[in-house]
Amino acid sequence: MEQSLTRTGKANAVKDKSFSRNNMVYRKRRLINIFNMGASTLAMVFGLFWLFWILWTLLRFGIEGMSTEVFTQITPPPGSQGGLANAIVGSLQMTFFGTLIGTPIGILAGVYLAEYGNRGWLAPATRFINDILLSAPSIVIGLFIYEVYVISVGHFSGWAGSLALSLLVIPVVVRTTENMLRLVPNSLREAAIALGAPQWKVTMYVTLRSAKAGVITGILLAVARISGETAPLLFTALNNQFWSDMNQPMANLPIVIFQFAMSPYEDWHRLAWAGALLITLSVLTLNIVARWMGRQKTQSH
Amino acid sequence: MEKYKNTSHLKRQMQIDALFRISTRFFAFFVLAMLLGILFSLLVGSLPALKHFGWGFLTSTEWDPVAENFGALVPIYGTLMTSFIALLIGVPVSFGIALFLTELSPPWLKRPLGIAVELLAGIPSIIYGMWGLFVFAPWFGDHIQPWIIDNMGELPLIGFLFQGAPMGIGIFTAGLILAIMVIPFIASVMRDVFEVVPPMLKESAYGLGATTWEVVRNVVLPYTKTGVIGGIMLGLGRALGETMAVTFVIGNSTIFASGLFDAGNSIASSLANEFAEATSELHLSALISLGLILFFITFVVLACSKLLLLQLKKQEGRHS
Repeated sequence: MEQSLTRTGKANAVKDKSFSRNNMVYRKRRLINIFNMGASTLAMVFGLFWLFWILWTLLRFGIEGMSTEVFTQITPPPGSQGGLANAIVGSLQMTFFGTLIGTPIGILAGVYLAEYGNRGWLAPATRFINDILLSAPSIVIGLFIYEVYVISVGHFSGWAGSLALSLLVIPVVVRTTENMLRLVPNSLREAAIALGAPQWKVTMYVTLRSAKAGVITGILLAVARISGETAPLLFTALNNQFWSDMNQPMANLPIVIFQFAMSPYEDWHRLAWAGALLITLSVLTLNIVARWMGRQKTQSH
Repeated sequence: MEKYKNTSHLKRQMQIDALFRISTRFFAFFVLAMLLGILFSLLVGSLPALKHFGWGFLTSTEWDPVAENFGALVPIYGTLMTSFIALLIGVPVSFGIALFLTELSPPWLKRPLGIAVELLAGIPSIIYGMWGLFVFAPWFGDHIQPWIIDNMGELPLIGFLFQGAPMGIGIFTAGLILAIMVIPFIASVMRDVFEVVPPMLKESAYGLGATTWEVVRNVVLPYTKTGVIGGIMLGLGRALGETMAVTFVIGNSTIFASGLFDAGNSIASSLANEFAEATSELHLSALISLGLILFFITFVVLACSKLLLLQLKKQEGRHS
């Protein structure tokens, strides 16, 4: 009896020991888990913190600098009244022509990748290079246009800026067009071909049409990307204090902001913030609209 | 008569078809040619400088537009150093964000948080630059930097990194702003690759009693290793080529400085500052050579990133 008691006691002790060791292991694992999950939450907060700080700064200074003159008067010399009208119009013009030049090229290349790109060497190579161009430094694109266009024409111009922007549009449009065309079910293509439609009609009237919302999303994303770009315009469109046509150096918002912000003049800073708010609002709006359209598309499938 | 009309109609359709195929093929080729064109034009533009300075261009710290003596080491160092700092800060934070979005976040928070992170990616880089110059740098120079200089400037071995005047702007500030800019890119790639891990693998680990962290560490990360590295490389590619944000806050000094708080220069910021004002042929050519070096570095980094991500995709296909 006594013996058995001590035996159970011993067994209990052993159990206790292993139990407490296990307990320690559990506690350690749990602590590590809690610590790392806490760190992860902090990382999220850290990311949001910058977003809100930047947006708040932008709103505070931007609204302060906003006035009707911003939209009606041209960029002033330091110390006098003025606005950003020529820069806004210049930006709109260059973005418009950049998109106009880049979009058809992008869509056609995207069509090739999606419809003819299942064999051969060209499609995989293009896909690979396109993805690299998508994140290539935009300032290098500016250098390229400077080398091939600005030097041969002999002066900076709005057209050179549009060309540089169009080269940035192409990879974005190629990417989304291909992705969206690949989402179109093959049975649609087969149905059209069975009716005797030639390939170009199948693509233009069936696949591209059913992928329309997605392709437009891609174009909007591309516009959002180029409307905030500064670097490729530095040595192509340059800047202009006055109204100008596309054949002259042309004022545009990003570079005016750059020049005004880097200057020592208080009133130039105020205009720069107003311009910054304008650009950010339009870029973020475009992004949100594009995303919303993309979601409509995926939901309808 | 009717039959004749049909064959001619058919013939025309076939011609249009061929034309359509050729034109799409042409534009696909155009994208390829764009890359070759960029490379070729940069090479041609940089020839005079490369011929004049030879390999010494890469190792010289001299940058003197008046005496026409150019070397690329200071901007190259600035580019690499700021990108390194950006990754050092950005990678752990992006990992945390991706982890939060895939494992921790309640479902109703996932969408808004995802959108917020993407908004961060949508803000134009010039805004980061302005914010850095007018808001962040003065605050950092007044409140944080003096403390770091006092407390860490005396440390053995790494102390020299933290010495210098608290100006707010400099290599470290540029790196930090780059980190904020690349976080959304890296985080969204990481989130996407974390989501391709088959739920069954994760659930098996949870079923064995693993904690969330253990599942991430021992199941998710090994499975997505190549994708995670690919995402980091993508972020690095972005950081290396970023121009405006860096130009505002790096200080634009052409003198070599070892400290993190000293003003420096990156390849992109030298181009942005000097290109439009460069008048002599040698100066222009030296700047274009810098562009060529930048393009080369980013090309290699982005190509590696792309290859790693492709590898993950293949692996994914094999498993399912």
